[in-house]
Amino acid sequence: MINKKVDNVQDALQGVKSGMTMLLGGFGLCGIPENAISELVALNVKNLTCISNNAGVDDFGLGLLLQKHQIKKMISSYVGENDEFERQMLSGELDVELIPQGTLAERCRAAQAGFPAIYTPAGYGTEVAEGKETREFDGKMYVLEHAFKADFSFVKAWKGDAAGNLIFKGTARNFNPNMCGAAKITVAEVEELVPVGALDPNQIHIPGIFVQRIFQGKDYEKRIEQRTITPKN
Amino acid sequence: MLDKNGIAKRIAKEVKNGYYVNLGIGIPTLVANFVREDIEVEFQSENGILGMGPFPFEGEEDADLINAGKQTITALDGASYFDSAMSFSMIRGQHVDLTILGAMEVAENGDIANWKIPGRLVKGMGGAMDLVASADNIIVAMMHTNKKGDSKLLKRCSLPLTGVNCVKKIVTNLAVLEVTNEGFKLLERAPGVSVDTILEATEGHVVFEGDVPEMKL
Repeated sequence: MINKKVDNVQDALQGVKSGMTMLLGGFGLCGIPENAISELVALNVKNLTCISNNAGVDDFGLGLLLQKHQIKKMISSYVGENDEFERQMLSGELDVELIPQGTLAERCRAAQAGFPAIYTPAGYGTEVAEGKETREFDGKMYVLEHAFKADFSFVKAWKGDAAGNLIFKGTARNFNPNMCGAAKITVAEVEELVPVGALDPNQIHIPGIFVQRIFQGKDYEKRIEQRTITPKN
Repeated sequence: MLDKNGIAKRIAKEVKNGYYVNLGIGIPTLVANFVREDIEVEFQSENGILGMGPFPFEGEEDADLINAGKQTITALDGASYFDSAMSFSMIRGQHVDLTILGAMEVAENGDIANWKIPGRLVKGMGGAMDLVASADNIIVAMMHTNKKGDSKLLKRCSLPLTGVNCVKKIVTNLAVLEVTNEGFKLLERAPGVSVDTILEATEGHVVFEGDVPEMKL
């Protein structure tokens, strides 16, 4: 067993510097690396390029970094629900690149899997494809999209062990597995760090080889953006 | 003329036994309420669930279980969770049988615009570009005209495109139309709506054969 366990979020974020490019897991507020985001706020690193499907809400998730003007550029597929984001985007303080959700996932996966680029049909014929190489395969047009190059990946899992093995829960899985191993250093925070040997190898979603540092997360808020219910009758 | 539930009800008839279906936000979400109970259908939400169930009862909400609209949901027996790359493998790889989504504009060649209005705040395309570029079977659910009364079925889209030559069928409050090489083919009229009313509300070229039947809901 190669030990990836670090004692706390401070140790996990060693080496994070201003100007770096970060991959951050999560869809909306579901499955976001809450502890890593709090520590990025505490470190007050600036000029970050953040690649994440969404940009949080005003007072939670990546919204916390936006409040402190730590993000220079966001690469996302959907960025509603955040007034401060909107203000910074309209005033030109924040550079925003919107890309299709599946392309975002696949550019992570390409980085993880060692592909320099992939062809996708998404965005062909739209402004997303402007300036990009296109190619026809079997009569259909595709756009060349490059693998992300990032310094850190911050992911959140449900359970993990010191070997870095991860298991995700529900739809909190989303981009997290695709971002593991897609940056120079992958930092995983888990709700429950279990003893090595406690996880069934058959059930592991991400093998520890894709993770450099893992730590026991704490104080998870796990906010719900749209609480919708079926009335009991 | 149909209301939003009426549009959803008509589209639900397009959902066939054995289909995996992706529903967009808005009217498409309502379709799930009208699918026949005697057929087997699974709903996919692109954030990573197949076999999506209804909203949870109060007190049973789970922050780790949401749909692409970020609403709390439930998982039915037989459901599965997966990562975003796999989710879009289902979509891009054409394993999802039917995609139902809303639109701001559809052109007579099947182009669709539904993500961006110049001069207005842009929130992003989410998974829409992947869905429309890949799906074989795309139905658009929308009102026939916008709030100003302008047609949303056009010769060419005026807004930035989400995808090209991809929409197959459109169900509006006025009609069911199919995208063909000759333009929008009028298949059905909404109850009480005349062909003339539909022609008047459609900027794009409309073709039809004989008496256009009224929708059966």
